[in-house]
Amino acid sequence: MSYLYFPGCSLKGTGRAYEDSMLAVFQALETPLEELEDWNCCGATAYMAISELKAFALSARNLALAEAKKGTADYINLIAPCAACYLVLNKANKYLRDYPDIRKKINPALDAAGLSYKGTVKVRHPLDILANDIGGERISRLVKKPLKGLKVACYYGCQIVRPYADFDNQHNPTSMNIIMKALGAETLDWPLKTRCCGGSLTGTVQETGMRLGYVILREAQRRGADVIATACPLCQFNLECYQKQMGSAYNDKIDMPVAYFSQLMGLAFGMDDKKLGINRLFVPIKSSQLAGGAYVRG
Amino acid sequence: MPDLPGWRKIKYEEDLDPGFADEIASIPGGEHLFNCIQCGTCSGMCPLSPEMDYTPRRIIAMIRAGFRREVLSSYTCWLCASCYSCAVECPKNVKITDIMYAAKRLAIREGVAPSRFPISVLAREFFNQVHSKGRTNEGRLIMRLYMKSNPLKALKQASMGLKLWMQGRISIGSESIKRKEELHKLLGAIETERMVQKRDVVTHKEAR
Repeated sequence: MSYLYFPGCSLKGTGRAYEDSMLAVFQALETPLEELEDWNCCGATAYMAISELKAFALSARNLALAEAKKGTADYINLIAPCAACYLVLNKANKYLRDYPDIRKKINPALDAAGLSYKGTVKVRHPLDILANDIGGERISRLVKKPLKGLKVACYYGCQIVRPYADFDNQHNPTSMNIIMKALGAETLDWPLKTRCCGGSLTGTVQETGMRLGYVILREAQRRGADVIATACPLCQFNLECYQKQMGSAYNDKIDMPVAYFSQLMGLAFGMDDKKLGINRLFVPIKSSQLAGGAYVRG
Repeated sequence: MPDLPGWRKIKYEEDLDPGFADEIASIPGGEHLFNCIQCGTCSGMCPLSPEMDYTPRRIIAMIRAGFRREVLSSYTCWLCASCYSCAVECPKNVKITDIMYAAKRLAIREGVAPSRFPISVLAREFFNQVHSKGRTNEGRLIMRLYMKSNPLKALKQASMGLKLWMQGRISIGSESIKRKEELHKLLGAIETERMVQKRDVVTHKEAR
C-alpha cells in the first residue's frame, strides 16, 4: 500500500526536523512516503476564524489532488504529520460527507478550478500508521540501539486524538507509547498527555500561552522524564523554544529535551543525528548520550 | 451599552437579539446548541477558562439568551485555542469549538472583534497570506503580527528568531504553490460565505 504525504507549512519551516526524521524512518520501514504534488495550506485554525467555507475549500483542493493519485484502488491514504493539518483535513473530509449544504457549495467551486472530490481519501496520522498498520513488532525488528533506560513522556497534544480521530483513545491515547516501548524505552504515566500546549497563543498572548506549556513541562520534569516526545510541530516549538523565558517568568529551572517521536525512532534505528534533524533542536538529545545501553543526561 | 460607571448595568429585553441563537445554531456544528444543560463541564475542562472574560458555559447561555454584542465583542472566542477538550467531554454533544469559530467569524464580519488584539490580527494576516500564495511562511507571519500589534515584542524575541534562523527553521522568503490560478478560481467561486443564515448584518448595526 502506498502512502501520500501532506507536509503542511510547518514541516517546511519550524518543524523541519519532523519532516527529516519522518521521511528517514518511513524509508527504513520500507514504506516510503510520496509528497502530495502542489499541496496548499490546509486551512488551519486561524483561517477557519475568517471563513469556514474557504477553509473547507482549501482542504478540499488537497483532498481532490490526493484522490487523483488513487488509481484503481478503493481509497488512498493521505498522511498528515502536523496535528493541525491532520485535524483540519480530517474535519473537512467528515463535514463534506455529513453536511450536504457544504458539499453543495464546495463541489461547484472545485469544478470551477477543474477539480473534483468524491470522498475516497482517508486522512491519517503517522502514529496511526506506525501503531496499527506497521505495528510494534516490525518497528522493534529495526532497533539497533535500544533506548534502554530512557524515560519518555509521550505527549500527544490536543488535535491528534480530538475530536475526529478514531484510531486511538481520546482520553488516554497509547499509540505513541506502543512505539516507544518497541524502541526499548520506558514510558511515563502522566495525566497531561493531551493537554493543550497553548497553540498559537505563545505568539499572540504570550503570558497565557507560556503558562499552558509550563504546566506540561513542569509535570514531566517532576515525574522524572528524560525527554518529551511530541507528534506536532507547534507543540514541539512551544514546549522547547520558550523554556528559558518560562524559567524566568516562573522562577523555575526548566531543562527538558523535546523531540519528535520520529527522531527517537531514528536514534533507536541507529541513524545519523544530522539525518534526523537533531541539530535543529534547542535542547539537544544526541545519539552519543544513548550509547552504552543507558541514557546519559547532559 | 458600554461598561462605564453611571451607565445602567441591567439589560432590557429590547437590547437583546432573540434571533442570535438560531443564527448560531444554523451553522454546521451548531445544531446541538439548544441541548446544552449548563452543566459546566466545558468550562471545567477548558485550559483557558481562567483567562476568559466569560467562560464557555456562560457564552452558550448568553448566545441562547440573545446577548449578541457581549458575545461577539468578548475575548473568549479569541482565546479558544481549539483544543476540543470541551467538545469531546460535553455530555450533550454541543460542538463548542465550532460555535467559538462561528462567533469569531461574525465578530470580524460585523467589525466588533477586539481591534488591536493580536489573536484576531494573526487570523487576518494568516488568511491574507494563504489567500494570495496558497501557503504560509511562519517567519513572515510572526513578523507581520508583531509589526501590527506590538513592534516592541519583535525586539524581545529577536534572539530566539536568530537562533531559529541559524538552525534553518525560519526564513522570510515567501512560500508559494505552483498553480495559484487554480486556487484563486476555487476561492473566487466561493466568494462570500453563506453558511450562517443571517439576517442582514447592516440592519443589526442600525438597530443598535
